Amino acid sequence: MLGKLTLSAIPYDVPILVGTFIGVAVIGIAVLAAVTYFKKWGYLWREWLTTVDHKKLAIMYVILGLVMLVRGFADALMMRTQLALAYAGNPGYLPPHHYDQVFSAHGTIMIFFMAMVMMQALFNFVVPLQIGARDVAFPLINSISFYMTLVSAILINVSLFIGEFSNVGWLGYPPISELQFNPGVGVDYYIWSVQISGIGTLLTGMNFLTTIVKLRAPGMKWMHIPVFTWTAFFACIMILTTFPVLTVSMALLALDRYLGMHFFTNDGGGSVMLYLNLIWSWGHPEVYILILPAFGVFSEIAATFSGKPLFGYATMVIATGIITFLGSIVWVHHFFTMGSGADVNTFFGIMTMFIAVPTGVKIFNWLFTMYKGRVRFEGPMNWIVGFMITFSIGGMTGVMMAMPAADWVIHNSLFLVAHFHNVIIGGVFFGYVAGLSYWFPKAFGFKMRDVWGKWAFRFWFVGFYLSFMPLYVVGLEGMTRRMNHYDNPNWHPWLLVACVGVFVLAAGVACQVIQFCFCSV
Amino acid sequence: MKRLLRFFPALPALMLSGCTVDLLQPAGPIGEGNRDMMVLEWAVMMCVVVPVIIATLIFAWKYRASNEKAEYLRNWSHSNKIEVFIWGVPILIILVLSGFNYWSTHYYDPYKPISKEMLAKVGAPDAKPLRVEVVSLDWKWLFIYPDLGIATINELDVPTKTPLDFRITSDSVMTSFFIPQLGSQIYSMAGMETQLHLLASRPGNYQGEAAQYTGPGFSDMRFRTIAMPQEQFDAWVQSVHNSENPFVAKEALDSQSYPKYQAPPAISNEVAPKPAPVLYFSSVQSGLFESIVAKYNVGSKAHEKDSKPMGNMPMDMHSDSHMAAPSNTGM
Repeated sequence: MLGKLTLSAIPYDVPILVGTFIGVAVIGIAVLAAVTYFKKWGYLWREWLTTVDHKKLAIMYVILGLVMLVRGFADALMMRTQLALAYAGNPGYLPPHHYDQVFSAHGTIMIFFMAMVMMQALFNFVVPLQIGARDVAFPLINSISFYMTLVSAILINVSLFIGEFSNVGWLGYPPISELQFNPGVGVDYYIWSVQISGIGTLLTGMNFLTTIVKLRAPGMKWMHIPVFTWTAFFACIMILTTFPVLTVSMALLALDRYLGMHFFTNDGGGSVMLYLNLIWSWGHPEVYILILPAFGVFSEIAATFSGKPLFGYATMVIATGIITFLGSIVWVHHFFTMGSGADVNTFFGIMTMFIAVPTGVKIFNWLFTMYKGRVRFEGPMNWIVGFMITFSIGGMTGVMMAMPAADWVIHNSLFLVAHFHNVIIGGVFFGYVAGLSYWFPKAFGFKMRDVWGKWAFRFWFVGFYLSFMPLYVVGLEGMTRRMNHYDNPNWHPWLLVACVGVFVLAAGVACQVIQFCFCSV
Repeated sequence: MKRLLRFFPALPALMLSGCTVDLLQPAGPIGEGNRDMMVLEWAVMMCVVVPVIIATLIFAWKYRASNEKAEYLRNWSHSNKIEVFIWGVPILIILVLSGFNYWSTHYYDPYKPISKEMLAKVGAPDAKPLRVEVVSLDWKWLFIYPDLGIATINELDVPTKTPLDFRITSDSVMTSFFIPQLGSQIYSMAGMETQLHLLASRPGNYQGEAAQYTGPGFSDMRFRTIAMPQEQFDAWVQSVHNSENPFVAKEALDSQSYPKYQAPPAISNEVAPKPAPVLYFSSVQSGLFESIVAKYNVGSKAHEKDSKPMGNMPMDMHSDSHMAAPSNTGM
């Protein structure tokens, strides 16, 4: 049953992992003991674990997302400190075998188990309430989606203590993820956890699309739908069109590994180019699946805290639709360096640039929502101002990389890493955090203490610039991503600054944990 | 401490002074093209980004709730004039950038030989190209000079002002062949051949790297690119034939000796594998590159040309599929 796993797969000789295991075990036992002591097992089982209530599922999603945020962030801390140390002959404290698993786990967890989980939390909580539905269209399937996500999140964390995790990055590019180069269990953990959570997300997409189309309150015409629900609608369309591609590519990779097939192998007629096209024709829409709901959150918040209706509602909906369409035909910009012809590269480059148009329109819409309003700077509103500044810069570097002639030198560099953190932290993460604190009173009946939220924002905003602006610079100095150690003296000072930045971000995460755990204090 | 803090604003400038920002200080026309496109886009986009950021800050300040004097239009949410502006301006900017996109993607296409125009610009209008065959291995780079009959590992020596025609493949996992200061990178993939055309306009010692993750030895999978004037390059080629040269291998690089050099170093979970040392070969079997590509493609054209497949790849799949290299006409 355990396949390739043996006792020696337990890494009891790696002190970092042993320490983590002890910590997790202590916390786990404490939680279980507390539940037993307060005789809450029955309550937990009846009211939460077996629930099909979309609001309760949303809260469980939030808890899972926050735990995974801390887990993924721990990986980020380790990577930045490793790169601050591992200079000029110093190997640092993470050998490649461990470090490569850390960056793979960071990407996989942050996308699939932090961002996607937070997104589903917001869908679950907000969409049925906004359209006046009693629940989602298929409540049981909704609960199954959650448990698929939960199981795959557990699986990825089990890999910490039994065996190893994938060491080939968050997208598992072959041929290095093939059996020939990667006989360990790491890639298998990766395939299974991505596969299970991917199917869970697919079910969520189907569920919410049906809910939005069929269960709107009587009289709610299409152009009456609140903007967040519109963005959820378009995100669900993208989920339905692209997640099957993820499922298929993971299945083909699994067939290569388990049944000796040759879809993506070097020999036997396999083609790595096929995998790159498949995975990115899911992977690029995926980032729009993440960002569209964040745009929806910002639209709701900007209007509320400016004391005005959203500027250009119809434009907002149209722009979202255009992004959905364009987002599905730009995937080749992830590999302009694969040797495609100039015409192919030009097409995908120009399509990518054009996404800047509807996105720019949205930024202007939020800007004119604030214009001549009464802007109250409560917690959620801070995030939107931070977002508009940060995301504009991220959008600019995105357009820079959409030009193949420029991308040929910044592809796979830390410039790229800085760019996508710029849009994912500055866009997706800021948006989801703003959304959580905005709808928190709706879920619990009271407001969180704003002061911790405001400090979280300050640390995240400053920490972001400290961590990622230096990465733009080292990217321009020719540093590629996923390096474990280096000896270039030009890079070292910048990576030290980035390391300071990540500790500022850590203060932000700490403030958020405090805010959510002791929110009424 | 106070005196130190005074210098704080100048810190980024200090950190950059004396450094080479590889991509902004390229050493060849392709790299210059890459840089020009990057800077052009940055400049055009700044025309939008800076006003947006300033407007965000001004609006946020001016229309703060505590500022009772500011105008408050509680129901205003539509304006055709603004709509035309916010759609029109981005579209215009992107149209202009698209023009540059089309032009530069074609003009600097990595598959296109260095143009006469670029050669004239560096003052070598009649330079004949030097062919180099690149093979990415675990975790080193093999460079074969088919016209000179020599090869090197982890060092690329090239003459300046000479077009460099690279044919690239991999005999392991996929990676990307990249010399930041010379310009564009291209993937190397097993069983396939990709192409890249570069030119070094001035002598120098440039960083070369694998730009796509390749496994535990990835961080040390780098090479120096030494660009030198033609006379020096000729002298270097002579030195490769000199058996006294400590870098020269004692044997020729052929189908017998190749597997030894292709084999990955020992790996462990505790330390990074050792970087491969620089090595020269004074003699290379002709057709070696083709046979490395062919060994993953039974029945390919290279195979028909009688270059024997080598290595230990199983050849049990007698498919007739000819896995073509990504061609210039599409994928």
